[in-house]
Amino acid sequence: MKKHNQKAWLFVLPVLILVAFNALIPMMTVVNYSVQETFGDNLFFWEGLGWFEKLLRSDRFHDALGRQFLFTGLILIIEIPLGIAIALSMPRKGFWVPVCLVTMALPMLIPWNVVGAMWNIFTLPDIGLLGYFMNHTLGINYDMTQDPLAAWITIITMDVWHWTSLVVLLAYAGLVSIPDAYYQAAKIDGASNWAVFRYIQIPKMKNVLTIAILLRFMDSFNIYTEPFVLTGGGPGNSTTLLSIDLVKIALGQFDLGPAAAMSLIYFAITLLVSWLFYTLMTKDDLN
Amino acid sequence: MALELRQVTKVVGSNMHIKETSLVLEQGHFNVLLGQTGAGKTSLIKLMAGLDKAASGQILMDGIDVTNQSPQKRQISLVHQFFVNYPHMTVYDNIASPLRLSGMGKDAIAKRVNETADILQLIPMLQRRPHELSGGQQQRCALARAIAKDSTVVFLDEPLANLDYKLREELRDQLPDLLAGRGAVVVYATSEPEEALLLGGKTALMDDGQVTQFGPTAQIYRHPKNLNAARVFSDPPINIAEVIVRDNQVELSPEITWPLSSNAPKTAGTYTLGIRPNFVVPQKTSASQVALKGRVMVSELSGSESSAHFEMGCNAWVSQAHGIHNYTIGQEHDFFMDPSKCFFFAPDGALIA
Repeated sequence: MKKHNQKAWLFVLPVLILVAFNALIPMMTVVNYSVQETFGDNLFFWEGLGWFEKLLRSDRFHDALGRQFLFTGLILIIEIPLGIAIALSMPRKGFWVPVCLVTMALPMLIPWNVVGAMWNIFTLPDIGLLGYFMNHTLGINYDMTQDPLAAWITIITMDVWHWTSLVVLLAYAGLVSIPDAYYQAAKIDGASNWAVFRYIQIPKMKNVLTIAILLRFMDSFNIYTEPFVLTGGGPGNSTTLLSIDLVKIALGQFDLGPAAAMSLIYFAITLLVSWLFYTLMTKDDLN
Repeated sequence: MALELRQVTKVVGSNMHIKETSLVLEQGHFNVLLGQTGAGKTSLIKLMAGLDKAASGQILMDGIDVTNQSPQKRQISLVHQFFVNYPHMTVYDNIASPLRLSGMGKDAIAKRVNETADILQLIPMLQRRPHELSGGQQQRCALARAIAKDSTVVFLDEPLANLDYKLREELRDQLPDLLAGRGAVVVYATSEPEEALLLGGKTALMDDGQVTQFGPTAQIYRHPKNLNAARVFSDPPINIAEVIVRDNQVELSPEITWPLSSNAPKTAGTYTLGIRPNFVVPQKTSASQVALKGRVMVSELSGSESSAHFEMGCNAWVSQAHGIHNYTIGQEHDFFMDPSKCFFFAPDGALIA
């Protein structure tokens, strides 16, 4: 019989401890809250799955979830094609490459709350550059503190401005890694630019684009700071995304039980969509 | 069909990548471009294919100037060292794609694809994608793409370099049959002298962006124009030594001399002697052979050949012989060379005899 040496576990231990403290223990605390009710004083009452049931039936949650999917959907529809288009038009070699890359990376280097504050000031109707221009020069009524549509246009534009660069950089990395030989083969066949894009560039960029979409999905689905600073979820509840609503419930109303249940559902949705997407995209490569 | 280059050059920045080159490549046999990595084989192929623009000179196909024509108009195919196929298409679609772009009918395409796939043993893989194939199969797919098309010139740029030994031999044997009777000019770039010899036809030796010699392969092998050509066309590298010719004999060192034979220089002086490793052997096989002595530094077996790297005076030489020979590393061994196989080069490198 073969003897197993159990000492190997020692090597895994540091990672297990680390993961336990940064993921498992906080997560279990949330699970703990989600099935109980508390009124402070460290007094807990068993609630079972009640919070989950209530939450899943509540209109408030449905609305926030709907807004969240709308937001994520819109930014993906805009950022992915736009990012690819910019990457395609960037130079592949020469003096302009580093210039383009640094310019592209700039928005990503700005802290999120600063981005929110920048766009807030930028769009103020009386002093903001964009706000003043729209209202006073063009005469278009544009005030994101009053008008839900203006608020949506602003948060979408802000996210596109902040994060399209990520898609650009990933798509660009995918593009430059395509060997010249492929373009030569296409040239010899007389393939059109569209055919080159469709049959060489897209398939060769597939993996980085999968990562780009996944990252943009997760980040935008969990977005908090920028819309919080920019609109605070308003006007009314029109830009109250899931994370903003969650913080309102948890810290505004101090309803820890429902907030914990919501966190878990939120987490499950993010995980499920990411997993489904990734599995679908990599299905071909596995067999 | 013939492909002609007239004083073609290629300049990148301030560097001359291809120095003035004139060549006439014909159909019916392989045209091998033989040269080491960086000699300009790929650059020359890109020029001929129309993927790069020549800085000056003319390229003609059947007498028609195609210098400014696109690769597509030139009706060529190109097989790369890397296996280049459309990643998202099946093998069938890959082979069919150039045919579709040329406007061929559906039935004709199906017939052509199946014929080509049959020759290259790709029939069972027609519905697979390139990434589901082995390296050899991927390259066969790329070859099929190139061959299925009615091209006037087929360029093969080190097509076997990335394949393993067995596959390389197999495909190399098949290639001449595949391309025979297609009426296309076949240009084959390689860095291996052995491959040039096996494929026959004509060889253009390339060195430093220049075609140094062009002609029937066997002739070039036997009469390299200069020392450089001899170097390019020898693997392992050709053995070289300074010799003195005087008093009707050749002197490699005070101890090693032999009488002048018909292939030696007529006038006395200092020359560079070159002899291919396979004419330096560890056993005496004929009376005319000249005996050498050398300290064996490295010995190796490859297939049914043994080779020994030995030091003789200040020269490092290689011997290559059939069969298995045992050498003791660090020991002096006897070697024998055939003086009739020696080349003599003048101090400027030109072949004397």
